[in-house]
Amino acid sequence: MKIPVSIPLETFRIRFVDVVVFIFLCGLLEFVIYVASEWSYPVERALQIDLDPRNIPSYAAQSLMRMALAYLLSLVFSIWYGYTASRSRMHERIMIPLLDILQSIPVLSFLPAVVLAMINLFPGQRIGIEIACILLIFTGQVWNMTFSYYHSINTIPRELREASSVLGFNRFSRFIRLDLPFSAIGLVWNSMMSVSGGWFFLMACEMFVLEDRDFRLPGIGSYIQTAASEGNISCILYGLGAMVFLIIVLDILLWRPLIVWSQRFRMDTVPPEDERESIVFDLITGSVVLRKLGDWFGDVVEWIEKSTYRIPSPRLGGVFKYIGKLTGAIELIALGFLFFWALIKVKGLVSSVSLGDLILVFKSACYSFLRTSVAILIALLWTLPVGVYIGMNPRAANILQGMVQIAASIPATAVFPVIILFLIKLGGGLDIGAIFLMLLGTQWYLLFNIIAGAYAIPKDLIEISKAYNITGWRKWRVLILPSIFPYLVTGLITASGGAWNATIVSEYVSFGGEILKTQGLGALISHSSASGDFGLLFVSTCVMAAIVVGINRLVWKRLFYIAKTKYVLE
Amino acid sequence: MERETILETRHLKKSFFVGRGREIVVLEDINFKVYSGSFVAILGQSGAGKSTLLRILARLVEPTEGEVLYRGKPLKEADAKIAVVFQSFALFPWFTVLENVKVGLVKSGLSKDEIHKRALQAIDLVGLDGFEDAYPRELSGGMRQRVGIARALVVEPEVLLMDEPFSALDVLTADNLRNDLIDLWRDGKLPAKAIVLVTHNIEEAVSMASRAVVLSHNPGRIRAEISIQLPYPRDRTSRDFKFILDKIYTVITKPAEEVPFLLEAGRYQFIPHAKVGAIAGLVELVHDKGGRVDVYALSSELSMEVDDIFPLIEAAVFLNFGEIREGDFILTDKGKLWAEAGALEKKEIFRDAALENIQLIKQIVQVLATMSKHRVSEDFFMDILKNHFTPEEAWNQLETAIDWGRYAELFAYDYDAGELYLEEPEGRD
Repeated sequence: MKIPVSIPLETFRIRFVDVVVFIFLCGLLEFVIYVASEWSYPVERALQIDLDPRNIPSYAAQSLMRMALAYLLSLVFSIWYGYTASRSRMHERIMIPLLDILQSIPVLSFLPAVVLAMINLFPGQRIGIEIACILLIFTGQVWNMTFSYYHSINTIPRELREASSVLGFNRFSRFIRLDLPFSAIGLVWNSMMSVSGGWFFLMACEMFVLEDRDFRLPGIGSYIQTAASEGNISCILYGLGAMVFLIIVLDILLWRPLIVWSQRFRMDTVPPEDERESIVFDLITGSVVLRKLGDWFGDVVEWIEKSTYRIPSPRLGGVFKYIGKLTGAIELIALGFLFFWALIKVKGLVSSVSLGDLILVFKSACYSFLRTSVAILIALLWTLPVGVYIGMNPRAANILQGMVQIAASIPATAVFPVIILFLIKLGGGLDIGAIFLMLLGTQWYLLFNIIAGAYAIPKDLIEISKAYNITGWRKWRVLILPSIFPYLVTGLITASGGAWNATIVSEYVSFGGEILKTQGLGALISHSSASGDFGLLFVSTCVMAAIVVGINRLVWKRLFYIAKTKYVLE
Repeated sequence: MERETILETRHLKKSFFVGRGREIVVLEDINFKVYSGSFVAILGQSGAGKSTLLRILARLVEPTEGEVLYRGKPLKEADAKIAVVFQSFALFPWFTVLENVKVGLVKSGLSKDEIHKRALQAIDLVGLDGFEDAYPRELSGGMRQRVGIARALVVEPEVLLMDEPFSALDVLTADNLRNDLIDLWRDGKLPAKAIVLVTHNIEEAVSMASRAVVLSHNPGRIRAEISIQLPYPRDRTSRDFKFILDKIYTVITKPAEEVPFLLEAGRYQFIPHAKVGAIAGLVELVHDKGGRVDVYALSSELSMEVDDIFPLIEAAVFLNFGEIREGDFILTDKGKLWAEAGALEKKEIFRDAALENIQLIKQIVQVLATMSKHRVSEDFFMDILKNHFTPEEAWNQLETAIDWGRYAELFAYDYDAGELYLEEPEGRD
């Protein structure tokens, strides 16, 4: 016997969770209204950052809002870019390499263009700088999400695509029922990575100097930076604490539940990526209010879907097709124009760069190359044994992995001031210090990948090596290194990109009212951005992008191929 | 009963262009009709273009030449009610069984309640009552394919196309599902007026279909249309059943003179994908049984699908170790010799047979012999094969040739470098 479903048994039983959810939703609403009200003030008023710790919640809220908006923008952009790129061979041929290059351009190089454009659009208003800041965070987090989405929609199994075609899906149904669910897992993971990258650059995006003009926005990043310039250790720690608190809360309330939830979108053949559990997720699924809300949302989407089938009559369909083709053509033409416009601009920019500057760029590039290499080497030296130890000892993993995760969640840029303080006290300059700063940002990628790799070594292989008494160096050579190789390469790719990106913030640091810098490509970019030397900024950015893309293509992609074909455990 | 033509293909051709203007013809001059009330099985070996043909009927693939008519109108313009059941089920893993079936009616414009009602009916029909809220990953393969069938039926199609729907299932499950489907079909419970089933399993075709369309391969042409007028439920042990089975076997494997043993202009020999060890196992087994067996009986005795055995038999025929006569597999003298030989002798016999009969192996050995270093990249042979096969099939061909050549010690293969080379007879350590 089936119980008739139409009787809403549950709605009368409001649980404690529902109260929490309700309060949470109200809080969210208030938060949005509050932040929006702050934005309408003219730009002059908000220039001072008040170090009073009581301001921290307000600052944190505003930073969070910026991150959220930048993230939403990234999401929409990723989906748009992914579709447009897979529209035709030509789109694909232009847009995918473009993405590769865009990805390797450091955030700060976008800064002058974005900020100047926004200030011109909204003269004298804070909203201009706000939008600029959001766009900067966006440029720091969008690319890997875009790659992920593009990759996902192009790896959908053929029969699933054919099934949706036979079932007569239109584009909306395809998006809602196939593309989005299929790419959900990748998107969630990449969103997580992107947002933590956003925290990393928050300091640089909320407070910066451009052509001797000082721009700052109230936020947790600028708070820490101001505290650092004033040498106020306790305020630095307050700010840092608030940031870490925020990151951990976000992890518990948002990312963990999302990861658990996204597991439902895995294909049958793929084992779960991460069998984490989330108490919050369990609570949420128990909430009647949220479930009703989810049902209601599902109904709305279904209603929209239904109406999309009603609109296009055959005649209209033709028009739509025409419009689609037209927009495609316009897009391409616009891209072309942009390209030529950029080319003309670039000519002007490049001609302002002297030969001496070029030599400087080259020399700086060598220094930075050396620094990133050393940073990665050092990272490798300590993460390899530690990572393998943690990965191969489940008991150690239980204790250490949590600690490592918290340590890794602290954005390196936020700790910079504290470390620089030490470096100054020790008397060493940034020459060596920069390496240490880079290390902070990049070692975690390596460590996590090595742990995952060591964890995945099949137990029977470990037992066999025990049986044959393979120990010491031979064990590393025969068992461990080959097994973790694919993971190691993945970690190295991310770490190398991260290290180059970090040169910008670690080779050039403004602290306590003065500027600490060393010779390097990152310092050159930061400096030319701050002083408004756009020609030099352009050239050094191009060189850095070329180096990153070059290393990727020549070294990592090849290693990755070997890892995928030879050292894969089936 | 008046027979109404629902689907008709006219001079269908499908080809792919590979580099340098080379054309690989997958299907050529395909003409056949699907009448209402008929259950057509399209038979052929892998690479015969069966699935491509089905995809053309499903409007998933555009034919290079020719057209498909649906009730006399070109398929492109017709409002055809055609549903497809896929080999890999093609279910959405993030939807429940009910949602997966409802998805079929997304574009129908029916009310929510009506969609719900029809989906439940379809689920009932395939016997999945009670599993509405299960996710596909919780179901066994057989149940998943039932969901796939329900999703196809919910749109009340006139034509049901099935692409190897049982080949991803284990033997018993597949059998069970076949019987259920046939029962529904016979009792007129299926909304479909005609079914087109693509399969490489001859026994499956004979146990279900009312007509078999047999495709040759490379390029795929219709070799024969065989009517199967046996009463349901079909008794697989009956003489009539075996007779038709043997007849189709003969059609597929014969006429022998059409099998291209040697290089002909524009046609390249197709090596069946079989490992040497498996071929040897088969030949020895048949030898133990007196050198002659009925293929169908053999497959049921080994409880292997006929199509798993088939490449082995074909390989043995290619190597001249055996022949097919009236659905029986008979060892030649050479085959008997090979079955009796010891390990080393076996290699020698196989080496001679491969060199004599297998074009690709002969070619590889010749190329390697003429090279000064006796070493050639696999890409070289892949390029040659890609002129005749799809890239996937080209790799299958080379892989099989490498397996055979390695066994025969004709040449060796360096996996890491991706190179084939001749082993130095004197320099071995």
